[in-house]
Amino acid sequence: MAAPAVVVVGAGQAGVETAAALRGRGFTGRITLIGDEPPWAGYRPPLSKGYLAGAAPAEDMALRPASFFAERDIEIRVGDRATSVDPERRTVTLRSGLRVPYDRLVLATGSRPRQLPVPGASLGGVLTLRSRADADELRARLSDPPRRLVVVGAGFIGLEVAATARGLGHEVTVVDVQRRALARALTPVLSSRVVAEHRAHGVRVLLGREVTALHGDTEGQVQIMELDGGERIAADLAVIGVGVLPHTDLALTADLMVGDGIVVDERLRTSDPDIYALGDCARFPSPRAGRHLRIESVQNASDQAKCVAAGICDEPFAYTSVPWFWSEQYGLRMQLAGLTAGHDEVVTSGDVEGGRFSVFSFRAGRLIGVESVNRPADHGISRRLLASDTTLTPDEVRAPGFDLKKLPRTSPTERVAVRT
Amino acid sequence: MAKITYQHPNGTVTVVDVEAPNTVMRGAKLNNVDGIEAQCGGSAQCGTCHVYVDEASTVVLPEMDPVEDDVLYGTACERTEHSRLSCQLPVTEALDGLLVHLPEAQS
Repeated sequence: MAAPAVVVVGAGQAGVETAAALRGRGFTGRITLIGDEPPWAGYRPPLSKGYLAGAAPAEDMALRPASFFAERDIEIRVGDRATSVDPERRTVTLRSGLRVPYDRLVLATGSRPRQLPVPGASLGGVLTLRSRADADELRARLSDPPRRLVVVGAGFIGLEVAATARGLGHEVTVVDVQRRALARALTPVLSSRVVAEHRAHGVRVLLGREVTALHGDTEGQVQIMELDGGERIAADLAVIGVGVLPHTDLALTADLMVGDGIVVDERLRTSDPDIYALGDCARFPSPRAGRHLRIESVQNASDQAKCVAAGICDEPFAYTSVPWFWSEQYGLRMQLAGLTAGHDEVVTSGDVEGGRFSVFSFRAGRLIGVESVNRPADHGISRRLLASDTTLTPDEVRAPGFDLKKLPRTSPTERVAVRT
Repeated sequence: MAKITYQHPNGTVTVVDVEAPNTVMRGAKLNNVDGIEAQCGGSAQCGTCHVYVDEASTVVLPEMDPVEDDVLYGTACERTEHSRLSCQLPVTEALDGLLVHLPEAQS
């Protein structure tokens, strides 16, 4: 039987790496990559860090060079958005009217920033950060100092933008309705340490406060941020970092099961077995979390791409990778391994004040996640521990002289060992 | 510019010319050499651009800094005395003729 024709919708990290992983496995069928943005421009992590600060060059944003797609015989269609899927005829229809047939369809449609549901959210100078164009606009507005920047949302994007803008000399206020920063992602130990660092650098961090409105000047540019209780904060610029919404419209045209993301099984197949979904837009069953999750990270997109490619090549893999993530703010290298939600015990090792420590999270005595600050060895070893059956107990971490580097090396029992 | 050779686990080699100011990691990415993931884009966070410098190599490499040393604890394949992070090897004329071996897996 001839190799199937694969259409990948979305040319970000997840889509590009799926195409790359298919060719990496020797897949010989036709591959078509459809995207809004050209696939050589989609690497996002520097957008809130080095690129925003003007330090990282635009070339650092390339996921793969343009030559990659020609060399690997991957057909690219950019700027012609996919508008609907007909699962019976197995075709994707594009805005131009073109119908592209598929045997296997891969939805890597990503996500978009959530807007702030308050009056004034569409004023000029109220920005979100997702694309290179967003970063360029923010960078241009921050090149004219000093500005009064308000950041709504103390998540990773909001705090990285705050740190970068503060580093450029702007006056920065961060507001979050939660009582602690990064509440969904981090343990309280690390979130308070991060907030302390922001405050030490002169950022005003207001937690447990709600933004009720943004007010503009006569030209429609943001001027004031209003908080619950009526407090008004002067603002020349507002960045909204209150999470993302997965792109599910296309999945809905195919009648796929959707609910905070496109619902997939452990092999990343949607409710139609010929259609896969991965990356930011996919809600998958996580054996680690014991529930369905969506994860927005480079690691998740890259590792899921290998799993989808394996599935299409009829070499079934379940997605069991250890999630990991990093952030960098004021020289604090934060690295997260595993998932800490649902922990019932936390043990900290190292010097929290001095900014060199790791936080080990346990559930029922079992290690579930490790947050490391300026301890890259702890991070790397923790990723291996979490992927293996090796146990680490809270008492071991508490013991005097505890050092992960002294543990015997483990090998992951399950690994998506597919090279791209 | 330096000529860098990447040897894959199956023995095949890819030889590319890499210009400064790229790194050995970037040289692989720019030339579509498989086997280096570099998920973090070259910021010494992830350990997925791990290479083994050829044992017989006489090319003088920059000293390893403590961060690179620490990140190498997390590589998917065994670390050896020849292990380096290719994102921490800036390409200069001095690297001309470097041969690196790619590990079986990066993640």
